[in-house]
This record gives sequence, structure tokens and C-alpha cells, in this order.
Amino acid sequence: MATKFTVSNRTGWLMAGPAVLLIAGFVILPFFLAVAFSFTNQRLISPNPTEFVGLENYRQLLGVTTLTLEPVRDDAGAVVMKDGAPEYPSIRSLTRNNPDRPDLAGMREWFSFSSGGDSKTYVLARDVVFMKAIVNTFLFVLVVAPVQAGLALGLALLINQRLRGINVFRAIYFMPVVVSIVVVSLLWRLIYDGQSGLLNNLLGTLSFGLIPPVEWLGNPSTALGSIIAMSIWQAVGFHMVIWLSGLQTISPTLYEAAAIEGASKWQVFRFITWPGLRNTAVLILIVITMQAFGLFAQIDVMTNGGPLDSTQTIVFQAIERGYGKQDISGGSAISVILFVIVLSISLIQRWLTREKS
Amino acid sequence: MKPFNTFAGALLASAFFAGAALAQTELTMWYHGAGNDNEMKLVNEMLDEFNASQSDWKVVITAFPQGAYNDSVVAGALAGTLPDIIDIDGPILPNWAWAGYIQPLAIDETLIKDYLPGPKGVWDGKLYGIGMWDAAVSLVTRQSYLDELKLRTPTLDQPWTAEEFQGALDAAKNSGKFEYALDLGMAWTGEWYPYAFSPFLQSFGGDMVDRSTYKTAEGALNGDAALAFGNWWQGLFKNGYAQATQDPADRDGGFAAGKYAFSWNGNWAALGALAAFDDVLFLPAPDFGNGSKIGAASWQLSISATSKHPDGANAFINFALRPENLARFSKGLGLIPATAAAAEMTDNYKAGGPLAVFYDLSSRQGLLRPVTPGYPVMAKVFEKALADIANGADVAATLDAATDEINADIEKNGGYGH
Repeated sequence: MATKFTVSNRTGWLMAGPAVLLIAGFVILPFFLAVAFSFTNQRLISPNPTEFVGLENYRQLLGVTTLTLEPVRDDAGAVVMKDGAPEYPSIRSLTRNNPDRPDLAGMREWFSFSSGGDSKTYVLARDVVFMKAIVNTFLFVLVVAPVQAGLALGLALLINQRLRGINVFRAIYFMPVVVSIVVVSLLWRLIYDGQSGLLNNLLGTLSFGLIPPVEWLGNPSTALGSIIAMSIWQAVGFHMVIWLSGLQTISPTLYEAAAIEGASKWQVFRFITWPGLRNTAVLILIVITMQAFGLFAQIDVMTNGGPLDSTQTIVFQAIERGYGKQDISGGSAISVILFVIVLSISLIQRWLTREKS
Repeated sequence: MKPFNTFAGALLASAFFAGAALAQTELTMWYHGAGNDNEMKLVNEMLDEFNASQSDWKVVITAFPQGAYNDSVVAGALAGTLPDIIDIDGPILPNWAWAGYIQPLAIDETLIKDYLPGPKGVWDGKLYGIGMWDAAVSLVTRQSYLDELKLRTPTLDQPWTAEEFQGALDAAKNSGKFEYALDLGMAWTGEWYPYAFSPFLQSFGGDMVDRSTYKTAEGALNGDAALAFGNWWQGLFKNGYAQATQDPADRDGGFAAGKYAFSWNGNWAALGALAAFDDVLFLPAPDFGNGSKIGAASWQLSISATSKHPDGANAFINFALRPENLARFSKGLGLIPATAAAAEMTDNYKAGGPLAVFYDLSSRQGLLRPVTPGYPVMAKVFEKALADIANGADVAATLDAATDEINADIEKNGGYGH
């Protein structure tokens, strides 16, 4: 197997060596350890020996079942109403100390829906918090990926002009990227403050006091949205620069030709700029998606997953369990699940954006 | 790695010989107070006095910021590089003792004969840690508020009952003078929740775990008493007596600014309250049916299991427990001295002193958080449950979920050695 790649490139390997060693030590090895730990009951602190538990950690995290309940009926067979809605037997009475359904022990209601008629279907999960974390993370990715990529492209088009002082704008847009995300999160926590925050003051002044102060981070319906907005703002400059580099690889002669042909601005964008940015677009989409799945620092600094689990995310749960609750095996299992999710989505994106010949 | 270690060892050794012309053996110590200049000054004074007082041992200290301290000790333990002496926050001591990070102390019994119960770190019948001080929480208010709202002044012997406390909150709310009747300190996330709020649950008759066996939380955290506590807790926020999300600035200055009628706060904040008003009262916790309870235990000194010089480390800890040292930290930091004798040596805590009430609160109402290696997990679960209930989650379902999580953790750890 003595190929040119391995033999006559000793200098190359020497130069790559430090990076390869570090990546092997701090990325590849921990990755295999995480996979191994996720099949055990490994603890952060414990005198007990580690034991192999098979898929137990995954079963605990991903267990979901449905339960269809009929409403409570009185002796005459009529549906008992409570607060204007039919009353159903409490989930608690079915999942706790219920010898008839030992499989339901420890499960909690995730959400419920009516599928017509009187009966109601409950979806129970073994780990509701983790389920909410998965949903929140996907919501975050689904909003952040297109909006951040779009905004970044808009900014890149704006600053890709020969204007006096354009570098000032480039620097301003890029500045939030350079500041540590922890610092940015702390600042935005103050901006979002429910009583005296900048955002509430601004909205109050602009609306002449018509908009009452909002607890942006303390309200389950606004918390995740607030974090999404702030995250988009923070990293948009980074992707703007990548778009800009893509824009500058497009040959000026194409634009000149278009001008001679009398193409409109939209036609220029549609038929020259956008096709020229194809590879850049694929790169940005994949990078944003992968970064967005790793959402952690903002949550850790701003909300700790609350209120009412409205900002739980997969990575936050992995760290909360592994370190906070000293459960390395549970944290590892979450990491492995995240790895599988991100890998599948990246592969799908690659397949969808492949060169069609 | 090998050559590097030898080199580092040589460096260390040379520094050691250069610094220690004296024949003292070096003891290393880790402490959680980095960034708190006042506290570190007192610790260093005590170290200097110890090092000068005898010729066998020399304690060298490394300070960490409190937020990173526990992680550093766990990392040090996993890497086998713990120092001889560490300090530990009381409630997690059983966890580290169970994990084998620390060893039992050899302490002169006469020094701790009259000790408050809080600062003693006991696990499995052995003393693993000992604190120089305790902390206590009280219901801070003003005499003028009580007079104006026509409320009885509760005493240690006759604290407010649940109804009286409810009446006080109603009176404060209906007076319209305050933004909120009660400041619970919701801005202080983390250990504050189990430390400050689990005593309410215990006063209702519930607990974070069944302390008779420490094997299950079933019935303790989700029984009738716990449900009553949960409904009361949720009502505080739903009915507008307290806020579920609090601005940290309001926690620090809200009571002094007159925003709250009552503030549930610790002795460390008492001097600030005294400076703001001249008629401040530190009231005992209300009695919800099973006696008034407040949290006990603060930071404690301990010796690592890997220490090569436990005799030296014990000599240091015995030195630290002298009444003048207990008094030193009380005077400098406002902490509660661990013995009555030391309390008499301070202006704040001697009989009739402005903070003496905290010594009595600590000795009469102080209750340790569950003494079990599972406590760090329970604390996290309890904090989340209380935050969720405050934000409107279903009380029974939330407490059931917390119970299940604690039970699953106990089972996963083979009962934590109980």
C-alpha cells in the first residue's frame, strides 16, 4: 500500500501531525468513549463498578407510547363534564402503582389530542424533558438555518459594493461574531429583562407606552423565540463573510455581459449571482445546521432550559445530565443520538443539493 | 509525556527547595474563595499564623472561583491530583465521602463539643468535614411594616402559623404599598432553591427523600404533604404575592428600595438590610404544621483520601477550629460562628448583638439537607420542579416526575451505600 500519499510526503505528515494528534485525542477518542459509555451505567462520581446495561439508556430516553382513553361516565352513561370539557381519568392513576399496566410505570403525558368522538389519545413519553428538547432543537434549526442564511446573503450583497467606508459596515456586521457567545448572552439577558430591559424600554417608548413590558425570557411562549432572534443576530456576520467570499469569486465579466444585454437587477441575481453561489450555499446551509444543533451556551447563560422546558435543547440536556446529575452514561447516550440526527440530516442535505448531471 | 513529567517534577522540586530552607513539610490546600478578596485575606492570615505557630507543617493554598470549584475537585480526583486539604459545601460532602475522595477527620472532641449541628459533615457515622461557620435564613421585614399592617411579631417560640403567614402576605398585598409582598430570591438559581425552599416542604411534612431509608422519594416528595406544599408554592406566584422571574438587581436591592414587605434571605445579607433601615427584623420561618425549619450547613474543611500527610492536615484543621479563628471569619464576613463561645467574641453575634438571632435560628430551626450521596441529583431535580411549579406546571404531575427521577437515580447507584 505504499502510495505517494503515505511515502513521499513525510513533511506533510509532520506538519499535519500536531493537529491529527489533538483531533484524535480530543475528538475521535471521546467520540468512541461516548458510544461505549452509552451502553453502560457509567457515573461521573461513584465507587460502584461500571456495568454493561445494553440499550437501557436509549430505552429510557426514547420510550414513547400512546394511550387512548374514554371519558369518565356517570352511572347513567352520560359523559361527566368538568369546566366545559369532558373529564378523562387522570394519567397519574394509570402510570403509578398500576399492576394492570406495568409497562406504563414512570411515563408522563407529553401531549394529547382528540381523534374525533369522545375518546382522547395521549402520547406518553418516558422522558418528556428530552422529547421537548428534541422538538425545541428542531424548531431552532428550522427557523435559524433559512433566516440566518438569507439575512447573511442580504448583508453580503449590501456590503459587496465599492463605496467609501464600506469596511466600516463590514466590521460592524462582523463584530458580534468576534465577541464570546457567553458575553453576548449575558448582554442579551439584560436587553430582554422583563422590568427594565432595553427592549421593553424601546418598545414602550416607540409605542408611547401602549406595549406593556414583556418577560421575554420568563414566558414560555416568548423564551425560545427570543433566543432564536438573538442567535441569528450573533452569527449572521460569520456567514455574511462566507457569502461575500463566494460573491467575489464570480467573474466580473459575467456582470458586464449582463449589463450589455440589458438584464434587470433581478435577472442578474437570478441567472448570474445565485448559480455562481451554489457551492457556497451548500456549505453555509450545512454549517448553520450543524452549529444550530449544538445550541448550548445561550441556554446555559440565559434560561437554563426554562421556563417550563420551553428552551430545553439536546446539548443542554447532555451536559445537564452528564455533569449536573453525574450521569455520564445518560449524557453519552444523548450525544450519540445527536450525532445520528446531525449525520442523517447532513447526508440528506448533501443528497438534495448534489450536482444533477 | 514521560520526559515532560520529569522536567516538571524537577522544576517543582527546585522551587520547593528554594522556597523551603525551613524544615517544614508542605501541605497543599484548595479553597473556593478566589475573587472574594476579603475572604481570601482572612484565610491567608489564618494560614500565616498556622505556619508560624509550629515548625512541622506549611500550608500552601490555591484558590478557585466558587463557580468552578466543584468541577475542579472532581477533575482533580479523577486525575489523582487532589491536594491534602480541600473545602466542601456541606450538602455534597456525603457524595464525595461515598466516592472515596475524602477521609475521616481526627478532631479534638473538646473543640466541637458545643458545635452547632450544621457545620458537622458526617457520613456513615464518621466525621469527614467540619465547618468554621454556619449560615441561616430568616424572613426579613421592618417593625414599621408589621405595625402598619397590624401583624403580631412572631418569635422563635411562637413563629407565625401558616394562616398567620398567609394573613401577613394578604395584608401586605392589599396595602398596595409594595410591588410584591414577598421576595423569595427567585433570581438566585442553583443551590439556593433546595437550601432555602426545601425547609418549607419539610415544615409541611414532606421531604426530598424518605429519610428513614434514603431509598425512595415516593410519598415524601409526592405525598399529601408535598402536594399541599406544591399548591401553596404555586399559589404564591399565581395569586401575585411573589414573582416567578426576578431581576437579580431586585434581589440585591429590592427590599432596601421598599419593593417588598418580606424578604426570605440569608445572614450574609443581614448587614446590608441593617444599613438600609434602622428597624429591621429577622423573623423565624413560618410553621406550616411540622415546626419551623431552615437549611443548615455551609462550607467545611476536609482531607483528601490521597493525602500523604493526614496528621499535618488534621493539625491544621484543629488549629482552624480554635474559637478565635471562628470569630475571625464571623467578624470579617458576617458568618455565624460555629460555637457559642466564639459567638461571644464577636460584636454581631454575642448575646444582644444585632445578628444574634441568626445563631438561635441556626441552633433551633436548622435542618440538614438530606445526608446522602444522592443529594447533588436531588438538588437539581428539586430546583427544576420548583421552578416549573412556580411557572404554572401541574403540581401533582411535576412532583411525580421529580420523585421518579430521584428514585431512578437511587436505583442506578445501587442505593448509594445506605
